[in-house]
Amino acid sequence: MNQNTTNKLKILAGAAKYDVSCASSGSNRPNQGKGLGNASPWGICHSFTEDGRCISLMKLMLTNYCIYDCAYCINRKSNDIPRTTFTVDEVVNLTIEFYRRNYIEGLFLSSGIIKNPDYTMERMVRIAKELRQKHNYNGYIHLKAIPGANDLLHHKAGLFADRLSVNIEIATEPNLKALAPDKNFKSILNPMNTIKNRILENKEERRKFKHSPRFTPAGQSTQLIIGATPDSDKHILTLAGNLYNSNKLKRVYYSGFIPVNDYDKRLPVLKEPPLKRENRLYQADWLFRFYHFNIDEIVNDQHPDLDLEIDPKLSYALRNPWLFPVDINKASYETILRVPGIGVLSAKKIILGRRYGKLTIASLKKIGVVLKRAQYFITCNELKQPTVNELQPETVRQIMLSHNRPKVQNNRIIHKQLSLF
Amino acid sequence: MNIFIYDHTFEGLLTAIHDAMEMKINPDKIVSTKSFQDDLFAIKYNISAEYDKFEEIWKKVKDKTNEQSCQRIFKAYLSENAGIENVIYNYIKLIIETPHNIETDFSNDTVIKLNNLQKKVGREVHRMLMFTRFQKTIDDIYYASFDPKYNVIPLTISHFKNRFADQKWVIFDTRRKYGYYYDLENVREVTIGNQKVNLETGKADKDILHVSEKLFQKLWKSYYDSINIKERKNLKVHMQFLPKRFWKFLPEKDITNKMIAN
Repeated sequence: MNQNTTNKLKILAGAAKYDVSCASSGSNRPNQGKGLGNASPWGICHSFTEDGRCISLMKLMLTNYCIYDCAYCINRKSNDIPRTTFTVDEVVNLTIEFYRRNYIEGLFLSSGIIKNPDYTMERMVRIAKELRQKHNYNGYIHLKAIPGANDLLHHKAGLFADRLSVNIEIATEPNLKALAPDKNFKSILNPMNTIKNRILENKEERRKFKHSPRFTPAGQSTQLIIGATPDSDKHILTLAGNLYNSNKLKRVYYSGFIPVNDYDKRLPVLKEPPLKRENRLYQADWLFRFYHFNIDEIVNDQHPDLDLEIDPKLSYALRNPWLFPVDINKASYETILRVPGIGVLSAKKIILGRRYGKLTIASLKKIGVVLKRAQYFITCNELKQPTVNELQPETVRQIMLSHNRPKVQNNRIIHKQLSLF
Repeated sequence: MNIFIYDHTFEGLLTAIHDAMEMKINPDKIVSTKSFQDDLFAIKYNISAEYDKFEEIWKKVKDKTNEQSCQRIFKAYLSENAGIENVIYNYIKLIIETPHNIETDFSNDTVIKLNNLQKKVGREVHRMLMFTRFQKTIDDIYYASFDPKYNVIPLTISHFKNRFADQKWVIFDTRRKYGYYYDLENVREVTIGNQKVNLETGKADKDILHVSEKLFQKLWKSYYDSINIKERKNLKVHMQFLPKRFWKFLPEKDITNKMIAN
């Protein structure tokens, strides 16, 4: 650990920063026999960078040398950038020392491809193995599964890691091939399916033999880059829906494209990363995972892209006004979940709370319902207020947009009036 | 007006609630001796903790609800919110006197109030798990200071004990001037008379720090700076998630460390 390590850390953390996955939740690895660490099932963030993202895991590349030349990637082989490689010991030491100081929840290890996929994956597995076996470390480990590596290595990786992930990056295959000539869907989906099957087998084994070792207890995830290709939100969300349903993924991450290789003419020219779109995709993802929405209710042939001005749930409600207003004191949980301004927690509290008596607007407010939005879509035990049907969806939309507009405008007007005198 | 004055302990508060319910007197105010201001026209009841009475009330609440529910009441108490005693009195009375379990009655003001307060305390507990930073000292003890809004260190002990089972550590509350020490076997309460630790900033003196400590702080700081994506700068969200009051404990946000890193 010296100046050399510091420089490597700067380069290889910088190289890993575009991977957005940081979740440390979903695993449960209790500390065994007075070792170091325990992976807590709810996950903990330990810091936040100035871009507002959380730091939970120490995200590192094992190396930023790579034999591939993907257009969207900072580490592509045709880029002239400082390159370096960590030793196994360096990564292990950094992880242990940072963990002991409560800086991090665990390690996220990715890598460029050196020599061949097997060679790369083998070294990553070695790091995880050493942490678990030599240092009795029970904190979180997230490893990238390298497409093309031997299945046995993926099996081994899953025994030491809490989560494995393979990034798809581009949502449609022709576009992926255009930007990353060395990749195709098959090579990415292969390890994903291997891991999925191994997880299912492992569940079966653990049902029979309680003590058989766990295989990636926090499941798999993947990442899609947004805005590097002309793929619509419908393409992206349909793929995500399939990954959740048939590949049993725990998370799909969306990463707004940041033009790192602006000399490459295959890439679009963006003034700034599409952060709003990324945000809307996450909201849509949440609707699918926690709000019982189907993907085709959020995006479909009539509406292939999400509305950037309003959130997808509000957008759904305004497109389907005949489903509202919802009676808070009678409607089912699923119906209440669809009301804009009511989240999962509020909906649960409504269901529990109304057993004891009729809920009123005042009690909804205390429960935590955002009435600013919800008021046009509900009725409860009180005087009727104008709903989305009386006001018309377009009017409600305008009212919502006026909430979001910055108030600076008003100040300017006042300023003008003052300057008259 | 009836004022119940208890001895500033949780057991004392439950004893006061026990007495009030037994005497069928509605306490207009329950205050601790620390925050009591004399009121000429009030009828005052001085209560000190009686373990039997505390147990009796606690058991009644537990029988009607469950262990977690009791934890929620205790958490709400740790909020040290003005008037929290009366909220707890109303809540416990409601639990004991209503034939069915009212824990989830979110149409009831008292239930909502108690839940919101315990949630605030829960958040502070979680912030401690996030932002506690240990400094390794020459005698291999990992030292951390924190300045929690509420008195929550006791609620974090089991987490740190499970996680850092193979290292000695101290966590110190700089506001309440007490802390806990884990010696690889047990955790015990301690106070610090040592001049080697700055109780305001939580920093240990250079000469008691382990030789490698500054290096790892520096490494962490360079990691923190490298992982940031400049094109995505969003200071509003940054400040919202990482309020300034924690910065002095964080090597990555500390200005003196910034100079070292450069």
